[in-house]
Amino acid sequence: MAFDYSAYLRDGKIPHIWCPGCGYGIILKSFIRAIDKLGWNKNEIVVTSGIGCASRLPGYVDFNTLHTTHGRSLGFATGVKLANPNLKVIGLGGDGDMTAIGGNHFIHACRRNIDITCLVFNNYIYGMTGGQYSPTTPKNAKATTVPYGNADNQFDISSLAIGAGATFVARTTTYHAVPMEKLIMQALQHKGFSVVEIMAGCPTGYGRKNKQGSPANMIQWQKDMSVPVAKAKDMTPEEMGDKFAVGVLHQEEKTEYVEAYDAQVGLS
Amino acid sequence: MAKDIRFLQGNEAVSEGALYAGCKFYAGYPITPSTEIAEHLSGSLPKVGGRFVQMEDEIAAMAATIGGAIAGQKSMTATSGPGMSLKMENLGYACLTEIPCVIVNVMRGGPSTGLPTGPGQSDIMQAKWGTHGDHPAVALTPSTVPEQLTETVRAFNIAEKYRVPVILLTDEIIGHMREAVEMPEPGELEVVDRKVPTCDPSEYLPYKPDADDLVPPMAAFGSEYRYHITGLNHAEDGFPSNDGKLAQADEIRQQKKIDQAYDDIVKVEEFMCEDAEHLIFAFGSTARSAKEAVQKLREEGIKVGLFRPLTIWPFPEKHLEKYVGKAKTVVVPEMNLGMAIFEVERVFKGQAKIEGFNKIDSEPINPIEIMETVRRVK
Ligand SMILES: Cc1ncc(C[n+]2csc(CCOP(=O)(O)OP(=O)(O)O)c2C)c(N)n1
Ligand code: SF4
Repeated sequence: MAFDYSAYLRDGKIPHIWCPGCGYGIILKSFIRAIDKLGWNKNEIVVTSGIGCASRLPGYVDFNTLHTTHGRSLGFATGVKLANPNLKVIGLGGDGDMTAIGGNHFIHACRRNIDITCLVFNNYIYGMTGGQYSPTTPKNAKATTVPYGNADNQFDISSLAIGAGATFVARTTTYHAVPMEKLIMQALQHKGFSVVEIMAGCPTGYGRKNKQGSPANMIQWQKDMSVPVAKAKDMTPEEMGDKFAVGVLHQEEKTEYVEAYDAQVGLS
Repeated sequence: MAKDIRFLQGNEAVSEGALYAGCKFYAGYPITPSTEIAEHLSGSLPKVGGRFVQMEDEIAAMAATIGGAIAGQKSMTATSGPGMSLKMENLGYACLTEIPCVIVNVMRGGPSTGLPTGPGQSDIMQAKWGTHGDHPAVALTPSTVPEQLTETVRAFNIAEKYRVPVILLTDEIIGHMREAVEMPEPGELEVVDRKVPTCDPSEYLPYKPDADDLVPPMAAFGSEYRYHITGLNHAEDGFPSNDGKLAQADEIRQQKKIDQAYDDIVKVEEFMCEDAEHLIFAFGSTARSAKEAVQKLREEGIKVGLFRPLTIWPFPEKHLEKYVGKAKTVVVPEMNLGMAIFEVERVFKGQAKIEGFNKIDSEPINPIEIMETVRRVK
């Protein structure tokens, strides 16, 4: 039987604002299925977001949802978690939201290893403001503010997360809708700060400018460019080229921040 | 039982006030001259079951403070000049989303990094206008160390009662001085908790105000009420709306919510004002010198009184209007180049001679300077 999403979507809030062909709908569905599999109580789930197309997701799902300011969602999420550690907190946003304006909050949330799951929707562009380049826009790619091609270097979000101390880091794409659901589930179950970087197509802001063709072509591109982690391990940088690894990139056991704090101050 | 009298620093008194009010969460970032508040609460909050966190910057600290309040805890942050500027973005978020929280600004000197260890009163207008858009502002200006405690309690009460962020606008002088404080017994001061919904969760509209106080009851995330909060203008159900008319009506409602609570929120001290022909309008640490100036000038036979707002925003205009037509002169000493004086002029509408005394040299304004100004202009 087809999965019934309506139990998790808010009445009357669909249609969403996303463009036809936007990858974000696929993420929304995988996210809902992951939560459903975990069987969590909706009242205990808090989803925070910043500003951008990605950050509109919380408005559609029937949880406690907090649409905050651009880049700041992990700051809000940290306050929510510390004030009530029983809550299951998810912070999400676009590549610009999390790694440009919110970069400082992102790396410190990773470092703290607070029990929050962070979903970064990486579409290589500022979608909501109409296609300006972001910290993940590839070199030479075009965007409305790099009409001659991008001279700037690209952030690797997953490597950034690992380097900053996140204890679960995975990358996936909207081509991999089912593996994405599993990775989100694993991230949600992980005790500590978990990051899932999700490659998604923005046909309107990125695809059009960079002649990537139809949304279907953009998804095909994701498939062609991704290499499973196990395989990527044995490949040389030359072999990898612009390709990226997908799957669980990093996982470790480390004391979670709120538990560490409580133990330290004698609260637990 | 003997009274518990402590020799407290002004910043410590703020922390004690927060604990008295039931604060359970503090998020901050160190900055002189406010840091002692964070240091105190990092030790004392866990003892009452609360938590403290030092965030990566003031933007995050303000965000976390709001998050803590949404998760149901009374929450606070404290900072000074440069940090206050960084808090402005999320302060605006708390305004539009009507999240109760307390922001302490221990004012220091200068724009930018300025004079970190010197006092100032230059953030008066920032407290009202610092974050963009139309919104009500509430800011309290204590003058003594005991008031640092009681006004912090009041800041929490106003925040919780009216669902507004409240700024405690104090300064380096009161923040760092020590005075004897008679610690209030539990129950001695009023402590207000926010109004929570009682309706069926399926009927909860998070931004539907009650008819009388115009304040929407607020559920905590994690309770049985599930809902959406956004910094976009929103309808009563909490979801974004592009309807300009609705946005206007809601912002007017938020302003009215605070305007109609004037009598509850606005507090002033009127010292020897009854027969006063000359007024001194002074707040915060400057009001201490002003009070002494009044007493000395009275000895000289000059009929002068001190008008001291403990609430600077909303501006205490109803209280001050009583002196329009009565006071011939009003002297406004401030450790800035003239800010509150504009509000005083607005109330007097040319019906008194109004004169500022201003200093931004990191030295407190002393009673002699105020006395000289009064003698000169009277
Ligand atoms: C402080 C601030 N600066 C700028 C903006 C304008 N703005 C809105 S969304 C956005 C970028 C969104 O891009 P991204 O985070 O990558 O998300 P996407 O829209 O691609 O999902 C910007 C710059 C804002 N809302 N707030
Ligand atoms: S602009 Fe791009 S990211 Fe935004 S909804 Fe459209 S396709 Fe999606």
